[in-house]
Amino acid sequence: MTPRRKRMLTIGLLVVGMGLATALILNAFNQNLMYFYSPSDVVAGKAPAARDFRIGGLVVVGSVKRAPDQLDVEFTLTDMKQQVTVRYAGILPDLFREGQGIVANGKLGPDGVFAAREVLAKHDENYMPPEVAEALGHPGPDATLTRPAQ
Amino acid sequence: MIPEIGLFLCVLALALAVVQVAFPTIGLWRRDAAWLAMARPAARAQFACLLAAFAVLVHAFLVNDFSLVYVAQNSNSALPWPYRVSATWGAHEGSLLLWALILAGWTLAVTLRDRELPGDIAGIVTAVMGLVSIAFLLFMLFTSNPFARELPAPPDGADLNPLLQDPGLIIHPPMLYMGYVGFAVPFAFAIAALVSGRLTPGWARWARPWALTAWLFLTLGIALGSWWAYYELGWGGWWFWDPVENASFMPWLLGTALIHSLAVTDKRGTFKSWTVLLAIGAFSLSLLGTFLVRSGVLTSVHAFATDPARGVFVLGILGVAVGGSLTLYAWRGPKVLAGGSYEPVSRETFLLANSLLLAVSTATILLGTIYPLVLDALGLGKISVGPPYFNLVFGLLMLPLALALGWGQFARWREDSLRRLWGQLRYAAGAALLLGVCAVFVLDGPTRITAAIGLALALWVALSTLVGVWQRCAGRASPLATLLAQPRGFVGQVLAHLGFAMTVAGVCLTGALSVDRHERMAPGDSVELGGYEFRFESLNEFTGPNFQADEALFLVTRNGRTVAELRPQKRFYKVRGMPMTEAGIDAGFTRDLYVSLGEPLEGRAWSVRLHYKAYIRWIWLGAVLMAAGGLIAATDRRYRIKATEPAAGVATQEA
Repeated sequence: MTPRRKRMLTIGLLVVGMGLATALILNAFNQNLMYFYSPSDVVAGKAPAARDFRIGGLVVVGSVKRAPDQLDVEFTLTDMKQQVTVRYAGILPDLFREGQGIVANGKLGPDGVFAAREVLAKHDENYMPPEVAEALGHPGPDATLTRPAQ
Repeated sequence: MIPEIGLFLCVLALALAVVQVAFPTIGLWRRDAAWLAMARPAARAQFACLLAAFAVLVHAFLVNDFSLVYVAQNSNSALPWPYRVSATWGAHEGSLLLWALILAGWTLAVTLRDRELPGDIAGIVTAVMGLVSIAFLLFMLFTSNPFARELPAPPDGADLNPLLQDPGLIIHPPMLYMGYVGFAVPFAFAIAALVSGRLTPGWARWARPWALTAWLFLTLGIALGSWWAYYELGWGGWWFWDPVENASFMPWLLGTALIHSLAVTDKRGTFKSWTVLLAIGAFSLSLLGTFLVRSGVLTSVHAFATDPARGVFVLGILGVAVGGSLTLYAWRGPKVLAGGSYEPVSRETFLLANSLLLAVSTATILLGTIYPLVLDALGLGKISVGPPYFNLVFGLLMLPLALALGWGQFARWREDSLRRLWGQLRYAAGAALLLGVCAVFVLDGPTRITAAIGLALALWVALSTLVGVWQRCAGRASPLATLLAQPRGFVGQVLAHLGFAMTVAGVCLTGALSVDRHERMAPGDSVELGGYEFRFESLNEFTGPNFQADEALFLVTRNGRTVAELRPQKRFYKVRGMPMTEAGIDAGFTRDLYVSLGEPLEGRAWSVRLHYKAYIRWIWLGAVLMAAGGLIAATDRRYRIKATEPAAGVATQEA
């Protein structure tokens, strides 16, 4: 092989490799995007049924129900306009409290109940997740999130 | 009165930084060595000022001077004194002061070693560091003054965020900053090379120990952060692909590419342009990390405050630094190109692959971190990118990287043959492949295939590294003496690569073998997990210096023999009214036992998280090995010998 051919081959291989890598990366990226919806969006049917998304709002006071002898928990999220019921099996974060803002990741079931895989709560008294603040229609201070395990 | 002295010292430091930039610039323009040399005393005086200012702030915390807004917001009279010291850098203003102090420290270190450098290069390097310092001191003084007063002073402070009241968090930020800011030195060297138009192999030799040192601190800082998240957040994870973690990981990846590319430029004179680009990139990503963490665009433990002015300011610094240096690069880069040639099969090729893969990994993480922020800023919706994206893409890119690593450390410079390489490494390759195949059958669970591939690669990296050591020493008159006489650069490389293998193995084994359960448990209950029996013995009250806690006692037994007593706590910090989970952990070389309390349920029952974490310590021990390797390599004798600059006589002074 002449040096010229060798160089062309190297460049060709690099281009093909880079192209493949880019395609794979963008595909993976697209499949793992999670959008944020407010309870109003979900009730209006804007949220996807097939894929995971994030929902945020205030936990309605008095709505947290625990199953006896289990770690299953159910509560209602609101953006002051609409409400969505969230179901979660596991340990809630330290700062999960009624009347305060949280964000949950998961999927919407056919029954309209949001099955959360993960619940994130703010990590300071004065904080509110910005998504929640916006969903509630007023700007809130910054949020510090910590998450519980699955 | 004392805090005002602190503020005065900061302003004085700013003035000195201006001197540190202006004098060498004039000196360069007038070709006057005396002006150039002024940079050195200015930089040293700047360090002294900032050190004193920092001491003033620490003093304010120690004596509980709540008339300082920053102290009042982040400390409390009941806070134990070590945390009062670490609270100094526990929030935004103080951590900026620490940033500036560390930058001045690095500049001081450069001025102590710059006699090996040609005068103009030393002057430009110091001036560039001074520019960065000016930017950050202005940022601090205009938007985030740690010495701001509020009178009358509140009777007591609002306390340090309980999450930060932890020994790991005392040293995590300084380590991370040492790394971030340390990349300013190779960056300054790169700018100096572009400005002077002289990019000689000597250049890479000066820059190497600095890049290695910055890299080793960043390695330790990231590992400390991961370890802290593991035991302090209370749910047993060690890496979350959180934007803030990514912010520190991106400069680390490019920094890793940089130290390897510098080696090529140093030894062979090739990749010059690319090395310069990496040096600019690593520091730019450090600045980006500072922007992401400090601007409040991110939601995380680290985002201390949301002040739009601050975000805009850091973004401005970032824009000027990245834009300016890339423009300079485009303008001067071609002049410093050129270099030795090499064949397709050679160490250069493998190191090029290493560089490219690391750069692409950085780009993919950047995409996943920045894209949601950009969309949000443009009002196009709120999205987040899940960990599966990062795991998949990063994992895929690490695969060829680990493969190339094994061959690359064996390949000869300039030209080698695949036949020779195969002859050297076929047993290592065979053993790794065998382990991989066995692992597929031994392991179970959904991740067993990826774990098996990862383990095979880890063994491949470790074995090929050890074969290299063996080759150098076996057959000599005294193998041990030969081993001890190896240059430090080689020893460091071996340690760092073994550390990389250890971390990869740890990640794979933790993922494949760990088990966890969420349980509802009351005193007297017991649960079996990973061959251990966790028994909830009792529930007690515990009073700490500034918190109240419920403390559970768990007895862990295996085959009837007591293995560990774990005391997880659920703390309540009175001042902030914040609950905190303190996990009970029994650490071991091959496994951790981990219990954390969730929330109280009715009766005396609690929701409890139980983990059996296999080989998790390997992840951080590997990082420690990598950092140790970096330290040993950075102290190699060849960097201390006065670097003669062969091309200096020929190079034209074009600046």
